[in-house]
Amino acid sequence: MRFMVIVKANEDSEQGIMPTEQQLAEMGAFNEELVKAGVMLAGEGLHPSSKGARVRFDEDGGTTVIDGPFAETKELVAGFWILEVSSREEAIEWIRKAPFRGEEIEVRQVFSADDFGDALTPELREQENRQRATAAAQHGS
Amino acid sequence: MPDALSRTASATADLHRVVDAVWRMESAKLIAALTRVTGDVGLAEELAQDALVAALERWPETGVPAKPGAWLMATAKHRAIDTFRRAERLERKTALLGRELTEAEEPDWAAALDEVVEDDLLRLVLISCHPVLSREARVALTLRLLGGLTTDEIARAFLVAESTVAQRIVRAKRTLTAARVPFEVPAGADLTARLGSVLEVVYLIFNEGYSATSGEDWVRPALCQEALRLGRILAELAPGESEVHGLVALMEIQASRLRARVGPSGEPVLLADQDRGRWDRVLIGRGLAALERAGETGGALGPYALQAAIAACHARAGTVEDTDWVRIAALYEALAELTPSPVVELNRAVAVSRAYGAAAGLELVDVLVDVPALRGYHLLPTVRGDLLEQLGRRDEARAEFELAASLTRNVRQRALLLHRAEACGRELSG
Repeated sequence: MRFMVIVKANEDSEQGIMPTEQQLAEMGAFNEELVKAGVMLAGEGLHPSSKGARVRFDEDGGTTVIDGPFAETKELVAGFWILEVSSREEAIEWIRKAPFRGEEIEVRQVFSADDFGDALTPELREQENRQRATAAAQHGS
Repeated sequence: MPDALSRTASATADLHRVVDAVWRMESAKLIAALTRVTGDVGLAEELAQDALVAALERWPETGVPAKPGAWLMATAKHRAIDTFRRAERLERKTALLGRELTEAEEPDWAAALDEVVEDDLLRLVLISCHPVLSREARVALTLRLLGGLTTDEIARAFLVAESTVAQRIVRAKRTLTAARVPFEVPAGADLTARLGSVLEVVYLIFNEGYSATSGEDWVRPALCQEALRLGRILAELAPGESEVHGLVALMEIQASRLRARVGPSGEPVLLADQDRGRWDRVLIGRGLAALERAGETGGALGPYALQAAIAACHARAGTVEDTDWVRIAALYEALAELTPSPVVELNRAVAVSRAYGAAAGLELVDVLVDVPALRGYHLLPTVRGDLLEQLGRRDEARAEFELAASLTRNVRQRALLLHRAEACGRELSG
């Protein structure tokens, strides 16, 4: 099963202050450990929100673009890993090894086809697809 | 009171899951390091298991330590020293091994072991897949020592009795001890040869999971994940070995299709009919990167890398028609040269027919008709029938489809083949 491990922004990351050499070395060693254990599928860091944007949808589907930066620093995402492990506990134990200080890291499971289990059987999925197709036809698209 | 009780029960269950996770992460390194020190993989595993039991006893009171791996290692170390001291007292003579251990108490083992751990892991993989062991024993020992799977999990994955697996593992350890298999990494061509046995085991585990259909016990499909994890670990342990990357690439790309290869009622969906939107892009990306690494290590591509390159052609193509069949035909030709096999030839024939037309493909298939190894193999007449039909030779095509239908044991497939035979017949008479 896959987990997304989400690292939140802080004032430094939002101001584009790069990590120190020691922080980089520690993070590099941790990443290497993840790769060597065969559990890391991907991992990236994000630029500050000042370089980003938000696209807001109104009720009718119209859009407004809002440029960054965004105020609520602690709610922003600054980076992530995708880990492939055999349990939630394993994902947590891996992150307990990460070289963070004074931060809170979020561990979230990624949906996979299996997660729908019996609730979304192949027949149901088929039906869902048909309904979508019918709905699209009715709307003349 | 019931509340407090159930809280305790659920806390214990939670802790068990944490211990399982720690075991999965740390056990291979632990066993590898202990094998190096004790010279006996069986004893090493026992010591590691003892440390696990100690964790299950202690952690409910103390909580999970900050560095659980180091805790397990320190505990196993103490057990090892106790064991050797007891043996020493009993035998009233100084075992060389025991003295070394006592002296090694300071400086800290855990730290010393961390430094050399990578080579240890590779050694552990190599002895688990040592050629003195039967193929079944290699698979069981690898899953047990490297994957951290329990005997029960391995038994369920391979649909055999737990006692069978337990016996295989016990016998394998005995064989390794009796044969005095050294805990080492051979150099150069010897390493490549020994890794060949490792790759075979890993791919066997992968295929066992890949051939399992949905709805069965979860541990069977989980074997694919296990094999992938082992492959990814190997790629870091032996980065200079092209075929290791080749196998990883092959498994990543095949695994990318896991979701798409089963239809609504559980029937297998052939590559050509799969919904390519359901292929796992993350795994395809990783597979293509691994294939690139296989190419970068120099030399010609080996069998795994060639198969991965073929799989990559499909992965890159948006549709069947967009597929680079000319390249696939050439890759099959290279594969047939390295590992001559009638099945590879048959695949090559299909690729050639896609690239250069049905007549060119049929020429290759006709050569295979009298090959004894393919006698009774339903895909040969299926392919031949398909090519004959494309060429308008419908009476011959019908005979081939009927032959293929009589050879397959799959009911659905047989119905489909008979339907095609009938269609050829209809057009003949009509």
